[in-house]
Amino acid sequence: MEHIRTTKVEQVKLLDRFSTSNKSLTGTLYLTATHLLFIDSLQKETWILHHHIAAVEKLALTTSGCPLVIQCKNFRIVHFIVPRERDCHDIYNSLLQLSRQAKYEDLYAFSYNPKQNESERVQGWQLIDLTEEYRRMGIPSLSWQLSDANRDYKICETYPRDLYVPKTANKPIIVGSSKFRSKGRFPVLSYYHQDKEAAICRCSQPLSGFSARCLEDEHMLQAISKANPSNRYMYVMDTRPKLNAMANRAAGKGYENEDNYSNIRFQFVGIENIHVMRSSLQKLLEVNGTRALSVNDFFSGLESSGWLRHIKAVLDAAVFLAKAIVVESASVLVHCSDGWDRTSQVCSLGALLLDSYYRTIKGFMVLIEKDWISFGHKFSDRCGHLDGDPKEVSPVFTQFLECVWHLTEQFPQAFEYNEVFLLQIHEHVHSCQFGNFLGNCQKEREDLKLKEKTYSLWPFLLDDQEKYLNPLYCPSSQKFTVLEPNTVPFNFKFWRNMYHQFDRTMHPRQSVFKLIMNMNDQNKQLEKEIKELESKIKHQKNRQTDTVLNKESLRSIHSDSPALKPSLCFKKEQTLLPGNDAIRTIEGSNTADNRYSEYAEEFSKTEPAVVSLEYGVARMTC
Amino acid sequence: MEFAELIKTPRVDNVVLHRPFYPAVEGTLCLTGHHLILSSRQDNTEELWLLHSNIDSIEKRFVGSLGTIIIKCKDLRIIQLDIPGMEECLNIASSIEALSTLDSITLMYPFFYRPMFEVVEDGWHMFLPEKEFELFSSVTNEWRLSYVNKDFTVCPSYPPIVTVPNCIDDEALKKVATFRHGGRFPVLSYYHKKNGMVMIRSSQPLTGTNGRRCKEDEKLINATLRAGKRGYIIDTRSLNVAQQARAKGGGFEQEAHYPQWRRIHKSIDREGASVLIHGTEGTDSTLQVTSLAQIILEPKCRTIRGFEALVEREWLQAGHPFQQRCAQSAYSNSKQKWEAPVFFLFLDCVWQILRQFPCSFEFNEHFLILLFEHSYASQFGTFLGNNESERCKLKLQQKTMSLWSWVNQPSELSKFINPLFEANSLVIWPSVAPQSLQLWEGVFLRWNRSSKYLDEAYEEMINIIEYNKELQAKVNTLRRQLAELETEDGMQESP
Repeated sequence: MEHIRTTKVEQVKLLDRFSTSNKSLTGTLYLTATHLLFIDSLQKETWILHHHIAAVEKLALTTSGCPLVIQCKNFRIVHFIVPRERDCHDIYNSLLQLSRQAKYEDLYAFSYNPKQNESERVQGWQLIDLTEEYRRMGIPSLSWQLSDANRDYKICETYPRDLYVPKTANKPIIVGSSKFRSKGRFPVLSYYHQDKEAAICRCSQPLSGFSARCLEDEHMLQAISKANPSNRYMYVMDTRPKLNAMANRAAGKGYENEDNYSNIRFQFVGIENIHVMRSSLQKLLEVNGTRALSVNDFFSGLESSGWLRHIKAVLDAAVFLAKAIVVESASVLVHCSDGWDRTSQVCSLGALLLDSYYRTIKGFMVLIEKDWISFGHKFSDRCGHLDGDPKEVSPVFTQFLECVWHLTEQFPQAFEYNEVFLLQIHEHVHSCQFGNFLGNCQKEREDLKLKEKTYSLWPFLLDDQEKYLNPLYCPSSQKFTVLEPNTVPFNFKFWRNMYHQFDRTMHPRQSVFKLIMNMNDQNKQLEKEIKELESKIKHQKNRQTDTVLNKESLRSIHSDSPALKPSLCFKKEQTLLPGNDAIRTIEGSNTADNRYSEYAEEFSKTEPAVVSLEYGVARMTC
Repeated sequence: MEFAELIKTPRVDNVVLHRPFYPAVEGTLCLTGHHLILSSRQDNTEELWLLHSNIDSIEKRFVGSLGTIIIKCKDLRIIQLDIPGMEECLNIASSIEALSTLDSITLMYPFFYRPMFEVVEDGWHMFLPEKEFELFSSVTNEWRLSYVNKDFTVCPSYPPIVTVPNCIDDEALKKVATFRHGGRFPVLSYYHKKNGMVMIRSSQPLTGTNGRRCKEDEKLINATLRAGKRGYIIDTRSLNVAQQARAKGGGFEQEAHYPQWRRIHKSIDREGASVLIHGTEGTDSTLQVTSLAQIILEPKCRTIRGFEALVEREWLQAGHPFQQRCAQSAYSNSKQKWEAPVFFLFLDCVWQILRQFPCSFEFNEHFLILLFEHSYASQFGTFLGNNESERCKLKLQQKTMSLWSWVNQPSELSKFINPLFEANSLVIWPSVAPQSLQLWEGVFLRWNRSSKYLDEAYEEMINIIEYNKELQAKVNTLRRQLAELETEDGMQESP
């Protein structure tokens, strides 16, 4: 709280980022412990979580005030004009502090308090059970077993405690292999394909240098190979460009020498490293942020950013992996350098192509929990949760989500979840509101006692799952068992709803998706109503039969009139379900209408129920 | 001339057809006067019927005696035919070449096509200027129909009937015509009933380097403005190009002579003003602008009939030279300088707006694709000729069938209905940010990738909508039934 010098500034202008006419909204800016809040004169609220702030910039003073530009990790950009420079300076400094926490304990998740009791919170953390997930794949099995080698994180700090390895890989092999791999990340099971008896395994690069070898590691690969009875060779996929892998040899690292390993087929797939990806995204964002951008500049900027080329490389690698398993029944070992960025991308996407379970809401959570969280994708470093080394930040997980989005575009009926679900996960990977993505590996999370002190995101998403359902999802269809995406370049397109999520004027003003989603809901209601009406009619008919019978004998007895007057019924017909009109309205059919908050509501964040404005200014309920 | 002269080899056996996403088909290739036909003689395989006029370019290749012809079409499809025998291959190629570039319009397929359907409503008489005029003449008397061009002498590219300000007589119009490129004097394009503002269009004024003036022109243009109102002249060219045009006798309106008007060389934000739009000839970019503006402003233009009327009014009647612009297309190596995808670009713009307002159009993407295809190659006469004058001379109404006669049959129309359509009277402002524009995949990727999954998803969407309608109907029936039962009940129980 010591960071907040000014809690409220009035007469602040929020500029419209893409309007050519310099339109703006005037309102009041509030700074709370967790959010920056702007309420405009129309009482529209714009909430920005401090943790979402990627950069704050104070521009040169203008006649109308001091411009303050805030760039967020969810790609929102807001441009304020604060009338007095001193206020602007105070807010600027406060935001700088608030958006860069030094300690995990200062992150929002540790103070976030949703309406959940203790047992709900504990249950929430138990929602995703990876032991159960491996059991679903048929593991343990005849040839695969749970290893307790890393039970105390002694062999590899960045791996989970529970690891699955071939039965024939005994402890000395595991220990030996781990010593020959970067950060001790030896080959372990990531996904098992029951029908093909083939496995996706993952690890880090071998410490082979120019000529070093390790018998245990060779045995480990052989064990993986032998655990698959349907194919005698296995693939080793090095997801890096060959040049990078070769350069690593000079540092005593490198890649597998095919001569030393029996029956492996070695393959480079050429995904660039985190630094290339970081600067690629940066270039893309620069293009997107340009005012009055021309079509030529947009497309040449998109091209030169290389972003879609990288997305294609990741997806191509996943397709290669899935094909090896489906077509050749071969097991595949995937690695990059440390085995927590590109390896996570390729393993998880490969499994998503192979297994329709990961295309359900719950299954997708499991997939993220398994290949990203438990295997130590460094979320906190990559997302810059804490004030740290900016060179560690990289949009690796964002790329994964974008690959999934591209698949949903090609296979509109194959996914239970919709785009909003992907955007919401992206939002929370950066929000630090839930414990799931804090820290860089499981051990760190345990040390932070996250399961005791914070909440898990997944139950909240499940509670809201109506919002994330794909209305066109076709679960029964077997044709979607394995997805075979077409990765020709023209299938890769700019993901406007991600990178311009908050720039409402850029999006279609009528959403087919929302319309169909509402219609699906409406259909469910109608089905219910039909059932009710039918039973009422049946009841009524029976009653009348009874009445007629009764009348014969009890002519003189009056009963109370029926509950519903017929006239009422006819009136009701006019108001038959509110749905359509509301759905079909055109959102702000107005070129100047660029209010951020409305759109934000659609991809709504779980905002705190009560926000306390510090220094006793006010307590607001929203 | 007989087609037989052009067809050197009418028939070749054992030809193999390659198309993306389809297995190769072996069959017999036949050339007729207007079609290339490949038939596999197996009942279950579809035949290929390709209009020669759809063919944009042909490439030949030989490996030994096996010839290959690659045919690139104006609808952007590319097919490959493997033809055994070098001579046959050469003959077929040169025949197709000749048949796909016939000089005489009267040899085109529409003059030979005999429809297999009954014409319920003749498309040639569906959109008469008098009827269009009636739509707004009840609310204003500022405009009149002029027949000054009835024999196409004042302006050869204008229709016989045009709408002009009431206070300008035909003599004045004739004078104005001499001051405008190609005689295209300013005429009414659109009357906005909500505020009485108008869109008029013309070609460039022939001011030349010495700043020629025409009093009648100034009077006509000012007559379209109400007192004290200002208007905008949108010159679709850049200032530079407009200035250069003066050297060739063309030019633009000097503000000194048109004091109520502001000239701009790009688009404007809305502010309830009348506009005059022209480029150089007023037959291309001018029409793109006026017709797109109507799509945005006028809900009627977003219905199927309204859109047909718009194409009729703003493109066909307005004298967009379809014959010249669509003779060849993107793949052709022998394009003339007057060939340009102007109408196609307009359709792409409409598609972009349709994407942004998917519930505001009565028609779907397929309707736009249909118009794209038929503007380049068709069995119907609608897009033949460069203007009304030419169409009259060709007697298209008597000798060919109108595209609209066919499209507006209920059985055809149902394919083009947008299931999401709900009429709205709003002005629909599209976003023109580059991020909002998309590749028109339905046209550009149509032949390059399978759309199976997308088509299935579309089907599913329609199912949901249809199911919704069914359920609503059922609920209504049941409610009525219940109400009746309860009324009976009430009557039985009343004393």
